[in-house]
Amino acid sequence: MDGAGNGGRIRKMVFVTVGTTCFDALVKAADSRQVKEALSKRGYTDLMIQMGRGSYVPSKVSEEDEPLTVDYFAFSPSIADYLKSASLIISHAGSGSIFETLQLGKSLIVVVNEDLMDNHQSELAEELAERKHLFYARPQMLQQTIETMDLETLVPYVPGSPKPVVDLINKFLGFPAD
Amino acid sequence: MQLFLVLQEGKRGVFINLKGMGKVNDGILCFIFPIFVTIIVVRLMYVLYWVRKPNRSLRTDNLRTLIVLGSGGHTAEMLRIVNVLQKDRFAPRFYIAAATDSMSLQKAKVLEDSLIQQENSGRKMVEASQFIQIYRSREVGQSYVTSIATTLIALAHAVWLTFRIRPQVIICNGPGTCIPLCTSAFLFKLVGLGWSNIFYVESIARVRKVSLSGLLLYKLLLADQFYVQWPQLQKKYPRAQLVGCLM
Repeated sequence: MDGAGNGGRIRKMVFVTVGTTCFDALVKAADSRQVKEALSKRGYTDLMIQMGRGSYVPSKVSEEDEPLTVDYFAFSPSIADYLKSASLIISHAGSGSIFETLQLGKSLIVVVNEDLMDNHQSELAEELAERKHLFYARPQMLQQTIETMDLETLVPYVPGSPKPVVDLINKFLGFPAD
Repeated sequence: MQLFLVLQEGKRGVFINLKGMGKVNDGILCFIFPIFVTIIVVRLMYVLYWVRKPNRSLRTDNLRTLIVLGSGGHTAEMLRIVNVLQKDRFAPRFYIAAATDSMSLQKAKVLEDSLIQQENSGRKMVEASQFIQIYRSREVGQSYVTSIATTLIALAHAVWLTFRIRPQVIICNGPGTCIPLCTSAFLFKLVGLGWSNIFYVESIARVRKVSLSGLLLYKLLLADQFYVQWPQLQKKYPRAQLVGCLM
């Protein structure tokens, strides 16, 4: 029951981020008709894409004849505000993006960039997916992941602490315990 | 006699010139060189024995601390550690990042500025933190051949910086920049020019395999303490200590 002009629909935003990398495969997949329809069916209304250094440019769209509104930008000094207002985040596999999102308690799909050589990033995403903190997909599987994901199965991530490291360092150096 | 003839045959021209100096050259080869090698080996064994031995006596001074930053998630993790470090124990702090990494030193400055605002007078005044750039050993994707030259330049720069900073504690978590710095610090230990404790924290992104930097520091016994964040790595590298996820 609200007087908002958009017919009372609650806006649910999906935020796609590639960090400082070039990850055209993800941006293209997110901007594809199939993925946008899949997101719309799951109740999302807006898609915001942070495209980084990529060359593929999504098309800005307002809602009338499209499943979702789409907007994009290249970089921002801090994506924290976008992460906070999003209902779902689709991110590249960088540890910074992953943990910034998990620490906000948001639902996360991590997409690994298969074009990167030495893909050590996938280890982290796989491990966290096994522990059910996020969903993990390849760009081609994004649509299917969105259609079949059950957000209730996600386990909240309890942030870790650097205190054990610092305690061990102090102990080794001979400083008294705090 | 026969030996004399063989020598004459083998080094025909040289023999004549060295005739008078034969004994001196023999001296160098037979005595001084082996002694030199023995000194290095003994010193190396001494250093490797004392590396990884914790300090038994109680400490109250402050330690010059070198903090190595890196692109990607490295700086974020490192600053999370620095946030919790006791600022009066680990001071003055020197932050080093690769010359091509523009963001890391800025982030460190933000952290240090916020500390200045928090700290009131009443604490003893210590040298201010410094923010330093170092030549990069290798860019992502650089060919391995040119990497050798750039790594040597980076090593020379690292030696100079180690000499200037004289760190007592080095904390690093994996970017390529830490290898020349840790090697340089180890060389200083070897020649007795200053002792620094090197603490390596493998990045949280390394779950099943350590990074190249980590592997080098682990295998070559360069780090005093080697920490890993995931149990899989602790099993694989028994001398590592598990500290859990720090993010």
